[in-house]
Amino acid sequence: MAEGAAAPFKKVAEFPSNTRYVKPGDFPWWAQPAAKGDHYVKLVSSQAFPIENGKPYFVKLRVREGVQEVWSEVAEATAAPNIFNTAQANNLVFVVAFTGVLLASIAAARRNPHVHLRRIAGLDAVEEAIGRSTEMGRPILYLTGSGGMDEVSTIAATVILGEVAKKVAHYDTSLKVPHRDPIVMAVCQEIVKESYVAAGRPDAYKDDSNFFITSDQFSYTAAVDGIMLREKPAANFFMGSYFAESLLLTETGASTGAIQIAGTDSDHQLPFFVTTCDYTLIGEELYAASAYLSREPVLVGTLRGQDIGKALIMGALILGTCLATLGVLLGTDGFSYLLDLFKDFK
Amino acid sequence: MPGPVLPTETLLGAWVAAGLTLFIYSFLYKDNPLFKLGEHLYVGISVGYSVVLAWHTVFLRLLWEPVKKDIIENPAALGSYVLLIPAVLGLLMWARFIPKIAWLSRLAFAFVVGFGSGVAIPRAVSSYILKQIEDTVNPLVIRGADGLSMGFNLASPQSGVNTIVLVIGVVSVLFYFFFSVEHTGPGRVTARTGIYFLMIAFGAAFGYTVMSRMSLLIGRFSDLIKYASAEYGYAALVLLALTVLALAAWEMASRGRHAV
Repeated sequence: MAEGAAAPFKKVAEFPSNTRYVKPGDFPWWAQPAAKGDHYVKLVSSQAFPIENGKPYFVKLRVREGVQEVWSEVAEATAAPNIFNTAQANNLVFVVAFTGVLLASIAAARRNPHVHLRRIAGLDAVEEAIGRSTEMGRPILYLTGSGGMDEVSTIAATVILGEVAKKVAHYDTSLKVPHRDPIVMAVCQEIVKESYVAAGRPDAYKDDSNFFITSDQFSYTAAVDGIMLREKPAANFFMGSYFAESLLLTETGASTGAIQIAGTDSDHQLPFFVTTCDYTLIGEELYAASAYLSREPVLVGTLRGQDIGKALIMGALILGTCLATLGVLLGTDGFSYLLDLFKDFK
Repeated sequence: MPGPVLPTETLLGAWVAAGLTLFIYSFLYKDNPLFKLGEHLYVGISVGYSVVLAWHTVFLRLLWEPVKKDIIENPAALGSYVLLIPAVLGLLMWARFIPKIAWLSRLAFAFVVGFGSGVAIPRAVSSYILKQIEDTVNPLVIRGADGLSMGFNLASPQSGVNTIVLVIGVVSVLFYFFFSVEHTGPGRVTARTGIYFLMIAFGAAFGYTVMSRMSLLIGRFSDLIKYASAEYGYAALVLLALTVLALAAWEMASRGRHAV
């Protein structure tokens, strides 16, 4: 490959002639870059050979057998970004289909708001934790996790914060929400303020209940641990996404005797929450929590829609395994047209 | 024969590192002023560092320098002026400090939340749905030179037996997360199976992480042992003695205050 037809060519790939074929499963059937049986090499921009948009590049192929070698004609191509990655068209289809299911479920929940939601143990404890804090005259500590507003778990944590803040306003308890992301902090300030207004206690709202500490992971943890030790909150909430700080936070909280409720979709941190907290909302229970607490038709409908989505995924898993097995038994690639729809292509 | 003398900055770094490590570990006794000093230094330095980092890597490098370059070299071209849009959105966040125009900050937040959701949703579909299905769906049998066979190799993720375990595990865990269906009868058995799968996974993750934390602890102790050598002026030992003395003095002073 070279930057000019006469420029020196650099070797970007070398492989035996019986390898690097376009194989079934490498690309979806709707975005095949070459026919089955053709050779395929993906050229990626690197420090050794950076590829820039709008710049022409020249490629030629050398075929070698023993001491004999043949050069192909030089081919020219200009690098250009793709507006749409057709290999990920199935991702778009899923988003559109799930959006349709969600909208239909929300519409159904608006017509009939009494959709059954099963009991989630950790959420029943929210009221108990707030009541305990009120009785003991100690604050409630609520953490929204390490993620920014682009994470679904942070969004869920802020929604639950709104429901907790309503109850806090009702009981006139003190709420402390330390942050490590200024944007999340500003969003939470708005949410807590609106909750106090909704609870009919705008006068009780304190702007400094949400406060920024630092964006550094462990210094934030050290500061929150300090708050737990010195102010001894009666209830600690750990909602959102967490990393290595999870155990440091919850172990300190447990040592102060606080009732602890955690909810996260960070699967690597869940074991620590399960072992050190009184109640843990596992994965999607965090998303379900906001619907369960608020009973808002939009959230309840979303939950119902997610259940339908999960049922479809379960069906796809069972059907997919059967079809893949049948494909091997019958010796055919025919089912790959259907199975490709459920693959993650880059 | 004495070894080469270490540079002053290395020695200073060793004394600060050993001292702060001991101050933080002093919490194992109880909350005390030395721990507070370490904690406050940590928080303060991290905030200062983040501000300087954001100023240089975000404001200067991503905004100021490209815009200044375009103004000087090619003021007629649109070029990097598009960067002023996020700059204005960022400034709108400061509107929160002025109550009359505080509502303007919501525009910036709406943009951040909307953009965040837009980026997160396709990514979630890709990694939590499509990748999950792709890795779970495998044929139960394989066609080899000897004809059809079902793999029983537990070490191979794609063997027939592992495919069955995976499908049962994923389906039962998914069922556990059904919220609009009561877990009774066969549903209860499925949900219970899902919880067992989850707890086995949590146990494995817990053990793995505890081992990595032990490795971090060993790392700190290795450093303390290194800093206790003559080369570093017995930093760890001297500071350990000073820490113990300071804690004893603080404890006696607090008891004296309580007695009064």
